[in-house]
Amino acid sequence: MHPESEIRTPLILGNKTYKQITDDIIAPIEGKTSKWWYFLFTVSLLTALWGIASFTYTIGEGIGTWGSNNSVDWAWDITNFVWWIGIGHAGTLISAVLLLFRQKWRMAISRAAEAMTIFAVINAGLYVSLHTGRPWVDYWLFPLPNQFGSLWPNFNSPLLWDVFAVTTYMTVSIVFWYMGLIPDFATIRDRMVHKGWKKFYSILSFGWGGRAKHWQRLEEVSLVLAGLSTPLVFSVHSIVSFDFATSILPGWHTTIFPPYFVSGAVFSGFAMVLTLMLVVRKAYKLEEYLTIKHIEYMNILIIVTGSIVGVAYLTELFMAWYSGVEFEQYAFLNRATGPMAWSYWAMMTCNVISPQLFWIKKIRTSILATFILSIVVNIGMWFERFVIIVPTLCRTFLPSSWATYTPSFVDIGMFIGTIGFFGVLFLLFSRYFPVIAIAETKTILKTSGENFKKLAASHKQHQVEQH
Amino acid sequence: MLKKNKIHVIFGDEEPLMNAVLELRKAGIRIKDAFTPFPVHGLDAAMGIPRTRIAIASFLFGITGTSLATLMMWYMMIYDWPNDIGGKPNWAYYYNMPAFIPITFESTVFCAAHLMVLTYLLSSWLLPGVPPKNPDPRTTDDKFMLYLELTDEQSKLAEDIAKKNGAEEVNYKGEIYIEPKY
Repeated sequence: MHPESEIRTPLILGNKTYKQITDDIIAPIEGKTSKWWYFLFTVSLLTALWGIASFTYTIGEGIGTWGSNNSVDWAWDITNFVWWIGIGHAGTLISAVLLLFRQKWRMAISRAAEAMTIFAVINAGLYVSLHTGRPWVDYWLFPLPNQFGSLWPNFNSPLLWDVFAVTTYMTVSIVFWYMGLIPDFATIRDRMVHKGWKKFYSILSFGWGGRAKHWQRLEEVSLVLAGLSTPLVFSVHSIVSFDFATSILPGWHTTIFPPYFVSGAVFSGFAMVLTLMLVVRKAYKLEEYLTIKHIEYMNILIIVTGSIVGVAYLTELFMAWYSGVEFEQYAFLNRATGPMAWSYWAMMTCNVISPQLFWIKKIRTSILATFILSIVVNIGMWFERFVIIVPTLCRTFLPSSWATYTPSFVDIGMFIGTIGFFGVLFLLFSRYFPVIAIAETKTILKTSGENFKKLAASHKQHQVEQH
Repeated sequence: MLKKNKIHVIFGDEEPLMNAVLELRKAGIRIKDAFTPFPVHGLDAAMGIPRTRIAIASFLFGITGTSLATLMMWYMMIYDWPNDIGGKPNWAYYYNMPAFIPITFESTVFCAAHLMVLTYLLSSWLLPGVPPKNPDPRTTDDKFMLYLELTDEQSKLAEDIAKKNGAEEVNYKGEIYIEPKY
């Protein structure tokens, strides 16, 4: 075991033992469901039902029910798709990239963040399948001969790349998440008294027993999955950005898009993780595992990615001017001063200015400020996608095809509905699954636990005195 | 017939477990298995478990994915039904390859990840409905267990070493009889 510097803030507070960690994290699963949970679940379920109604209406009537029109043929559907998939990226970043960098603080948040990834990508997938207009023939997206004749899907198209990227991303994320969950399900299984629940967790745990060979394999599998997921997560959002960048529209046709989209995705994802985790730590009394230090680390990443996004916005403006292409220049002039300028300035305020507040330590370590700013960032990132898509499509090359856009009640219903659906899935997850990785947290107890750090420090003190 | 005792040695912490494993191995006692609530670093090496080759398997699955994607796109786009889409013809693989890179990459990752995980689950026999592999339910919480199969005289030695290193319990769980090899 590597001794850790005393200067580092402990990641597990209080006087914890291995048993205590198990007890604390499983407590919400074993305990009674709180009234708040029922309340939030009902609200989420009702909004999800509203979403289902909107989805059903769309499938029955077609996408003419949306606010999209002949000029603005992509609007809220793709905005929400990119927003959701962007939110998903933080989960993979936390579990994969931070694993490769051996960041121990990831352990408190990785489980919930990965769950968030999966639920967000499911929502993104709903938009992809629905925006095709005829979701019952979505199997055409897969490499099958068209209507079982001889024409194949076009592999030169970024839209098809997207199908492969999102499918791979979703399935690999689920597998990565589940491999880590298996040992924790076994822990729950071995504690459960109720026969039915014991059986339930026994099936979920796949018969895990913690054999030395299995741990060795699992560690290797996690490392390889992290190594695979890291380029995967960057590729997914790069490919999402290709949907725009490979078109010839001014404002979309830029090479800056892949890094710009990836950092934006991580930015919004971290904000969503914070929103969720601040609620979870409070509701399930996990403040000792998800400390202020964890929040601070995440806020620092928000400053970094938020600043990258800010630089990207300014680079876009500069390149539009520097290119000398009047169409490109007009696209940005239209965004900033056109009829939808309010959305551009909302994006600028939320994404460029608000994360800079985290330079102040007091704000960075304040729970209330973090909670509010995390929501502000997510609103900003929604507007970013809206600004890229809608104002650009409203005014393209030909003034005769200029149009305007207002969302229909179906668009709004679908968006609110996916938030509700996300809530339903996350609430179920937090109720029945361990929200913090139990086994992983135990591995850092002796290096990063408060009591063990104190013990190590007193040993050192003792040695110095003896000399 | 060789009589062997099945022994469960329980520890309350990972350091005593590691010390006991090292000392038992030094005394020539084979450690049949160990059950721990979390991965104890260095335990596999101390027990003499060889390194896993699953990463190599993953690499092989990955290049299989690369080949499959290449073959698929060459067949569909170049060989079976070449098309001129938007002035971008599909006459030769090398000519279109840049557009095929993203899917080639995704397919590599897809095969490397999923087939590796499948290999891991099957080789460890971790599947839904499989009965728990740990004989003592406390080992998924905070206890560490060594499982030994030893003759009577070895058992005495092992018990002494385990107790000396701070084992909390040494439980004899029955016997097995092994046909001696001649």
